[in-house]
Amino acid sequence: MSTAAARFLDAAGSITRNLRHRGLIQTALRKYESARDRRKAAFHDWESARQAAAETKWEAINHLDEHLVSFADKLESRGTKVHWCGNGIEARDLIRTIIRDAGAKCVVKSKAMTAEEIHLNEALEKDGFEVVESDLGEFIVQLRKEPPYHIVFPAMHLTRDEISDLFEKELGSAPTREPEELTMIARRALRRKYVTADVGITGANFAIAETGMVSITENEGNARLTAALPRTMITLLGIEKVLPRMEDLALFLPMLATAGAGQAITGYNTLYSGPRQPGESDGPTEWHVVLLDNRRTELLADPEQRDALHCIRCGACLNVCPIFKNVGGHTYGTTYSGPVGSVITPHLRGLQDWKHLSGSSSLCGACTEACPVRIDLHHHLLQNRRNAASEKPSTLERLTWRLHAFLMNSPSLYHLAKECGRVFEPLRKATEGTVLDPVRSWTTTRTLPPVAPVSFKEWWRERR
Amino acid sequence: MNGRERILARIREALRVPAPRPGSHGHGHHDVPAPSPQAGRIPLRPVQQARAWLPPGGDTPEEQLGRFAAASADLKTDFHLLADEAAARAKLSGIASAEGWKQIATHRAALTDAVVPSLGIPSRNTDGGYDPEDLERCDAGITTCDVLVAQTGTLVVNSRTTGGRALSVLPPHHVVLARRDQLVGDLTDAFQRIRELHGEGWPSMISLVTGPSRTGDIERILVLGAHGPKKLTVLMW
Amino acid sequence: MKVTLFIPCFVDACFPDVGISMVRILERLGHSVQCPEAVACCGQPAFNSGYWDEARRVADNALDHLRGTDAVVVASGSCGAMLKVFYPQLYDGRPRSAEAVELAGKVWEFSDFLVNRLGVTDLGARFPAKVTFHDGCHGLRELGIHAAPRQLLSHVRDLELVEMDEAATCCGFGGTFAAKFPMISTAMGEVKCASAAGTGADYVVSNDSSCLMHVQGLLDRQGSALKTIHLARILDSR
Repeated sequence: MSTAAARFLDAAGSITRNLRHRGLIQTALRKYESARDRRKAAFHDWESARQAAAETKWEAINHLDEHLVSFADKLESRGTKVHWCGNGIEARDLIRTIIRDAGAKCVVKSKAMTAEEIHLNEALEKDGFEVVESDLGEFIVQLRKEPPYHIVFPAMHLTRDEISDLFEKELGSAPTREPEELTMIARRALRRKYVTADVGITGANFAIAETGMVSITENEGNARLTAALPRTMITLLGIEKVLPRMEDLALFLPMLATAGAGQAITGYNTLYSGPRQPGESDGPTEWHVVLLDNRRTELLADPEQRDALHCIRCGACLNVCPIFKNVGGHTYGTTYSGPVGSVITPHLRGLQDWKHLSGSSSLCGACTEACPVRIDLHHHLLQNRRNAASEKPSTLERLTWRLHAFLMNSPSLYHLAKECGRVFEPLRKATEGTVLDPVRSWTTTRTLPPVAPVSFKEWWRERR
Repeated sequence: MNGRERILARIREALRVPAPRPGSHGHGHHDVPAPSPQAGRIPLRPVQQARAWLPPGGDTPEEQLGRFAAASADLKTDFHLLADEAAARAKLSGIASAEGWKQIATHRAALTDAVVPSLGIPSRNTDGGYDPEDLERCDAGITTCDVLVAQTGTLVVNSRTTGGRALSVLPPHHVVLARRDQLVGDLTDAFQRIRELHGEGWPSMISLVTGPSRTGDIERILVLGAHGPKKLTVLMW
Repeated sequence: MKVTLFIPCFVDACFPDVGISMVRILERLGHSVQCPEAVACCGQPAFNSGYWDEARRVADNALDHLRGTDAVVVASGSCGAMLKVFYPQLYDGRPRSAEAVELAGKVWEFSDFLVNRLGVTDLGARFPAKVTFHDGCHGLRELGIHAAPRQLLSHVRDLELVEMDEAATCCGFGGTFAAKFPMISTAMGEVKCASAAGTGADYVVSNDSSCLMHVQGLLDRQGSALKTIHLARILDSR
């Protein structure tokens, strides 16, 4: 078993027994679900909107080359520097160089999962730059030296008391139980940073091909400030973020907000089309847009799962996933957790090392049902399992399934197996839960029904 | 080959095999026939069609006003529909004295010029550039906007004609002055208006602002004023 | 109508009463029921584990024996989804593809068959108890079955149906998942049991015995008074 899989099993084993964690996440997500349902009800036709969103992203992804060229050319014509990075190392090195050339000391950052993906903060801190996460949730997990717990709600695993203790320890603030006061503590700590930071780094939600714009969605205003005050701005985004036209946002902004957070629309949705333009009073004088591949093109090359690149990172699939709700975000050990993370991580980081995430699913399909762009998520988990088994089959497992087929296809052997079940039931019962119990992974927490004295088929034969 | 060419080449190679169209994956519903997978371009649906699925924005000006007011209440935006410019001056002056504004920031535009000077409060314009430290100390940022959206309670500011990138987010109170005819029904209308206003040369930033700054990052409890303004006021006449 | 009943292995061996009730109900409605003895499994365990060649060995046998009938009625939503939704994928581009698609077109989950094929919602049943319904995920999301079992329950005399908050949330069974990731599966099952128990019902009813086996297994260990029962057994009660 690979280390990532072993770590996953280990972490899942302990966190699923943590009833406090379970309660916290279930409560938070129940609130989300009721808000989302209210917003969905305001749509004339949610299902048609999903289909239209899926088709729009299909068009964008299946003509990605044309859209990216248009996006980059338009941006460059207005003075933006567009960079194309094949992997995380290239992107990190490029961003370090930009920051060094800007003569910067302090970098203020708004939420960017792509930056998490390439471990940007660690690299910049190693270089001696101060990197400040400005999104409240990100700020909290940064102080805890933890990755975000959830792609949209980074600190949803923490209570106000834990956050108060953290702020008291790290910022010297007075303890409080008021979320408002806690938010103001962070606001005061971060205000200075915006005004003094030399470089601002943001992520992006959409790249508008036709007009050459980056669209950033947020609630707090931290990305607005990050893109307003520092003289150099860097935006890091995956190549899959494209939408063909600005007007597509009329559909995507409400869908992102509804599916992701149960809002009608997010607080700030901002379109950036360049650095400060002639006649403008503020904004960065230099803007670097960094397009990241980092194996997205490998996922693109799999037509069966290409739609996973339609993902708009709303987090809806995490929010409804019973696996996520029970193991939480950190257990996955990936940048992108939950169903979409389980689908794409094997493509981005290696199938054999990350196939356990596709295995760790009951395939219930709640994710697929929730996805606003109709990614066929749970079926992709099945495909990952198939691909993993055909690429590198386990001899034991293959033998098991061959025996299973042989048994199931032979009525006499199948009948014999039932007889064995009856004969050995007392012995099984006596050893239940011990190392001698061959089904103890089931019986440790659950009873197993015995083989009935008369099976259906025996009854059927008798009757005829 | 540079980075751009390398990535574009990889994309083109990857796209040689077409992907099935959305909705063509297997499902067992008796009543829904699966569309047949086929390659080629999906004709993009006319944007106006989005209206058929999205939450409504209202058909008449009255309906739109009602929806904007309801959305504002929901978002905790302080929305006031006023009779005329004089009423707007009076309203703004009332807010200024209630909150004890000592200094404010604004920008040059017909609406701000008509209303802000009457306050008699020290005011700086961001038009020709500003010191961020000064702007941060202002009690309010007063701006105009491009368009307001009934469907979502949104207003749209930009970096060229509504005071720059920071004026609407740095001070703790953002006040927006608007005319009734700037209100449109839904986001589709809003993007059309944005294109009419700016399509010839985009401001470097166009921001759709919906409610005051907010966060739910602590136990999913709503708190206003996370980083941007704690208060958003819209005065419309 | 000539109806072929597909009784999966665990229903045959552990829950024969479910199959027996289905036979009785279908015969009472005047249909001729057959049940091929040579078919015990649909091949889903191997399929879900990624071993599609091995799954096809089982599925080939099912294709051989489920021919020449008007409808194949499956005693579990999950096996029904395998036959109806996944067989066409399993055989995509292979010689028996047309057979798989033809079979898929005839496959029905039991409650769906009664309501949407036969148009029957009242079977004259009586079951004096308070029940809550659990939607098996495959039946709900692969086959789109939500209303049919509820319509059937609504006509059962003296029965009160109370919906639980988490009716559509997975119970955590998931086939081999339950054995490979028992801690996650158990946690999911506990959430389900708590939601069901919260309704104050006497029974958790479902159209899928595999979910019920999981839920009952947990309830037994919890010492709960709540019991599980398959929909067919309620519909066969007088």
